[in-house]
Amino acid sequence: MSQEFLLEVSRLGKDFAPVAFARGPVVRAVQDVSFNIKRGEVVGLVGESGSGKTTIGRMVAQLIEPTSGSIRFEGSETTSLTRRELRGLHARVQYIFQDPFASLSPRMTIGEILTEGLDIQRIGSRSERAAKAAQALASVDLPPDAISRYPHEFSGGQRQRIGIARALTLAPELIVADEPVSALDVSIQAQIVNLLRDLQTRLGLTMLFIAHDLAVVEYVADTVIVLYLGRIMEMAPSRELYASPQHPYTRALLSAVPSPDPSRHANRQILKGDIPSPANPPSGCVFRTRCPVAIEACASVVPPLREGGKGHFKACIRDDLH
Amino acid sequence: MASLTHASSAGPIRRALSRFFENGAAVVGLAILIPILVLTLTYDLWWLHKPNDIDLLAMNQGPSSAHWLGSDGVGRDIMARLLQGGRISLLVATVSMAISTFLGFFIGAIAGFAGRFVDGATMRFVDLAMTLPPVIFLLVLASIVGSGIVPTIFVISLLSWPVLSRMVRARLLELRERDFVVASRGMGAGLWHLLIRHGLPNTIDILVVYATLQVANGILLEAGLSFLGLGVTPPEASWGNMLNAARATHVLENYPWQWMFPGGALVVTVLAINFVGDGLRDAFDPRSELK
Repeated sequence: MSQEFLLEVSRLGKDFAPVAFARGPVVRAVQDVSFNIKRGEVVGLVGESGSGKTTIGRMVAQLIEPTSGSIRFEGSETTSLTRRELRGLHARVQYIFQDPFASLSPRMTIGEILTEGLDIQRIGSRSERAAKAAQALASVDLPPDAISRYPHEFSGGQRQRIGIARALTLAPELIVADEPVSALDVSIQAQIVNLLRDLQTRLGLTMLFIAHDLAVVEYVADTVIVLYLGRIMEMAPSRELYASPQHPYTRALLSAVPSPDPSRHANRQILKGDIPSPANPPSGCVFRTRCPVAIEACASVVPPLREGGKGHFKACIRDDLH
Repeated sequence: MASLTHASSAGPIRRALSRFFENGAAVVGLAILIPILVLTLTYDLWWLHKPNDIDLLAMNQGPSSAHWLGSDGVGRDIMARLLQGGRISLLVATVSMAISTFLGFFIGAIAGFAGRFVDGATMRFVDLAMTLPPVIFLLVLASIVGSGIVPTIFVISLLSWPVLSRMVRARLLELRERDFVVASRGMGAGLWHLLIRHGLPNTIDILVVYATLQVANGILLEAGLSFLGLGVTPPEASWGNMLNAARATHVLENYPWQWMFPGGALVVTVLAINFVGDGLRDAFDPRSELK
């Protein structure tokens, strides 16, 4: 493997335009997002609702097309592929969905769901496909008799396991997990997170793990990207980010994480207001309207993502605070 | 799989069917429909008269032991013509149902799944097909392609698909954004795979109900066309042209068996099919899952 990075995303942007003949603003869901993922690495993508996490995930999984920028998979550009090349790429990048009730077809048995990808990619014979499906089912700790049953017979946690098994059947190199635990009970969340971690280490998977829960990401990810309104605010190795967050937004988020230590409440920082509309983002730094340390200059320049420490990037002009 | 530890529960279609059989009216409809089908399909094996045999000694005779349902103006047996007419009417209705269901599904499904441009173009075409006044359209088409069984099938099929394609498209537009369809695309699925593996199973309720009611509709359209002399042409029997043949006032007044039996058969069959169709609609309604 000559390429250092499995996935290179650079200056990615996505605008959602109103449908033809309708009036309405263009929604800038993602702007100028760049990051790389090494083989075997887990990158966590964190942000509030509307920050563009899912949009980035779907662009990486080739489910929607970017408006601008590039996504390189193993060094080759993916935004200009032919249909056949795209189908090949689809086998190598798989997606795990947030809602386990919507992500499985109610009219297919688990066996049909698990062999669908192999079917589409025309991999193996009928019996080989069944064997792979059974293998995937076993790897997510579900009983083999599940294969002839329908999704409605399973609980949310079990369905999410089936969703994970489906992503594994094609033996993908990259998995995009879009908030895989946020629709589940807290008691089940830990099981699923542990399962994903376990599979990741066992199969050497590379993963883009999307979440809005910093605690979950800390446990899973090697590198964390903090998004706000479609832009990267801060990007750092997981341990580094949690130990010394540099961006005021990250600090606010971390201070909001419930802690058993009562003394931490003292410096708790509550963000006021809501995330602005991505149809009409603030000028300059998108976070300035809610930033506790914003100054006048923040309104005039979009802060570039700069490397502070080693591998620690932030998009903030207030260097004087540290 | 080898290790089935317990019986797997029924799939969605089997559950719908079991609900169907709990519906009284639908079962009655089926109980009427099945004998009608059996009689029309097998009558030449057990009924001694042929539908086109003329018996000049037995014109306009009422029901008797020789002709159970009487005979018509040229001495043809009404029973034989009724059953042959039923065969033709059901054939026309069933084949045109199959064609229009096929057309309606694929046009609607392609509009729903193939993207915005194809959708727009297809749907304007459907709008156009729907704005044509049906009776005039039928008359024009029938006068272009002529009368007979095959043209009648063609005309009825061509008239009926736009409604179905709208329903299918509406369902698939919603389906397209569902996660399991997105997942399928994420695994590289093409249009054909999406249509067959996701579109078809998830519109099966619409298709079954439409197909059933379309058979009833087809019987009526065939009867109407034949009554106007544009459908199935004599001497071939159909319920519509039997009614047409019996429409003179003196026939209506003096020989009621000549129109009562085809008319009655038409009403009973259409009613039975509609009962079955309603039963299927209720059975496939997702809200009835909650009961």
